[in-house]
Amino acid sequence: MIFLRRQVPLLITLISGLVFAAQYYVPHPVSEQMLTSVTKWLQIIGGFALVLGVSSLFHVHAVKIRRKEAGWGYSFVLYVSMLGTIAVGLWSNGKEAVDGTMTAFGWVYNFMMVPLQGTMFAILAFFIASAAYRSFRARSREAAVLLIAAVIVMMGRVPLGEYLIPLSGDLSQWILNVLNASVRRAILIGVSLGTVALSIKIIFGMERSYLGGGKE
Amino acid sequence: MNRDNARSACGAILPVAITLCLSVSSVFAQTSLAPPQDLRAFDTPSDGGGSLTVLWSPASYDNAATRYQVLLGEETAVPDPAAMQVVAEFPANQHYVRESKWPWWTRPATGDQHQFTLRNGRGVELKDGTAYSITVAAVRSDVREIATPVQATPQPNWINWNQMNNLMLALLFGGIVFYAIGTARKREIFLRRIPGLAAVDEAIGRATELGKPILYLTGAHDMSDPSTIAAAVILGRVAKRTAAYGTDLLVPHRDPITMAVCQEITKQAYLEAGKPDLYKDDSNFFITSDQFSYTAAVDGIMLRKKPAANFFMGSYFAEALLLTETGASTGAIQIAGTDSDHQLPFFVTTCDYTLIGEELYAASAYLSREPVQVGTLRGQDIGKALILGVLGIGTILATLGIMLDAQWPQLFLDLFKDVK
Repeated sequence: MIFLRRQVPLLITLISGLVFAAQYYVPHPVSEQMLTSVTKWLQIIGGFALVLGVSSLFHVHAVKIRRKEAGWGYSFVLYVSMLGTIAVGLWSNGKEAVDGTMTAFGWVYNFMMVPLQGTMFAILAFFIASAAYRSFRARSREAAVLLIAAVIVMMGRVPLGEYLIPLSGDLSQWILNVLNASVRRAILIGVSLGTVALSIKIIFGMERSYLGGGKE
Repeated sequence: MNRDNARSACGAILPVAITLCLSVSSVFAQTSLAPPQDLRAFDTPSDGGGSLTVLWSPASYDNAATRYQVLLGEETAVPDPAAMQVVAEFPANQHYVRESKWPWWTRPATGDQHQFTLRNGRGVELKDGTAYSITVAAVRSDVREIATPVQATPQPNWINWNQMNNLMLALLFGGIVFYAIGTARKREIFLRRIPGLAAVDEAIGRATELGKPILYLTGAHDMSDPSTIAAAVILGRVAKRTAAYGTDLLVPHRDPITMAVCQEITKQAYLEAGKPDLYKDDSNFFITSDQFSYTAAVDGIMLRKKPAANFFMGSYFAEALLLTETGASTGAIQIAGTDSDHQLPFFVTTCDYTLIGEELYAASAYLSREPVQVGTLRGQDIGKALILGVLGIGTILATLGIMLDAQWPQLFLDLFKDVK
């Protein structure tokens, strides 16, 4: 049992890790085809895994409704919305429009899903304002530096700001292209090395906790 | 009078002489147009097929006024160049080997040679295994000089030699990591304090005192992303401590496979903590794969359940600020760790502690203190020192190369070019 739960997954990880690391250096169409096939396999597995996810979602909310936990009404709304969307989707054969006419499924997507997504995204503007207000209060030396840099960049990025402070355009470009870009690249170098190191640990079985922890 | 005659004679002769000179030079220039020399065509090395490369020598007429045409034909038996298809045309002072992306170890000719690579697309269809005739014509005004056609066959290659520097560096880095792990097994390695990770215990302790749950997010990507794997690994360490303290753990997911993996990790953590009875299957649950629907659901959880500590590990996009700002409004202690550099400002602004970039990958080592993990960190540090050294030396050499107009710095610079 341990062999199936531990050794086999580790062996699969080792072989596929090495094969796909090597694939990067092989331009032959066979290699590309292999990558495409595996990507398709992943999509198929992802499709099956969605059943797992949806069953988890149903289970969690069914428990909430059964126990009448706080906010169980939202779970009820979720159930109604999900079952309603599935029914409408099946009825419309999964098509949003037929011969240029919007189906019920298309209506649900265009007039319910899209506006709701747009609303969530639009809230971001207000959240940026509140987060900026909190951060830009010059309570420390670092916050003051952040405030000054942000004001220069903001002024330099809008025509009115550059008109009022002509130097702000060049200065904001310098902040973005020199200071900001160099720090970002330094972070990316660290991230890349971290990624490679983690990959080495996983491929050679030194990092196994993603299999469910344990050292046996 | 004689002087006047002489002057007028000179005045008449001079324009004639200048015109004659210009005519002679023009005629000389026209006649100097010759067929391109040393024409070579071959399968483009280190590619997936469907491509041919043509090389030819520079000529005295290489200037913007003259143009080169690359001609292609499928007939291989003594083709008629005039019947061949023009697949590319460009000024004669362009397309040199030195302008190509080939590093010095795969360059098929010296930098002063002309080169053109034919690829599938834009009216060109090259089939692997089929022989083609290729030639180059030099064109100026109505004059066209065509070189003798040569044959070549495109083939797919098994090894991309252009990326050998990448492979060498990957092997070198791998070797350094293994060496560092070996060293870490023999002696203890110092780890600098990472405030964000040192605060994990504090956050869990606070949640325990308040009797509130802990919210842990693994990011927007699936298990194929290293940042999600790192987040899952850290979840194991966090779950072990929540199990020890008996604190509730909530882990909403965007990906069902990540959810299944995290369920296993959490279960194992509770087992290792000696509290298997406290483990709940529902602690890891799936919400949706949709970005903003997920965000709305998690924001709702934050506002209704008011977790005392929020962990944001992994990769994030536009939802980062929506999540963390909501979390901040509930007064929760927030710890973020991400390699999404574009979202870092939002995390730094709204979270109490942020693990920046590589610190996310260091978290596992920091929390476990296992020699293998710590050794990997040391390997990363040596790698960074190496890159820093290369950056310094490369900057000096590139500057010297420009100042001295020398090509030799390229030998070093090419080694570290396009390493991705």
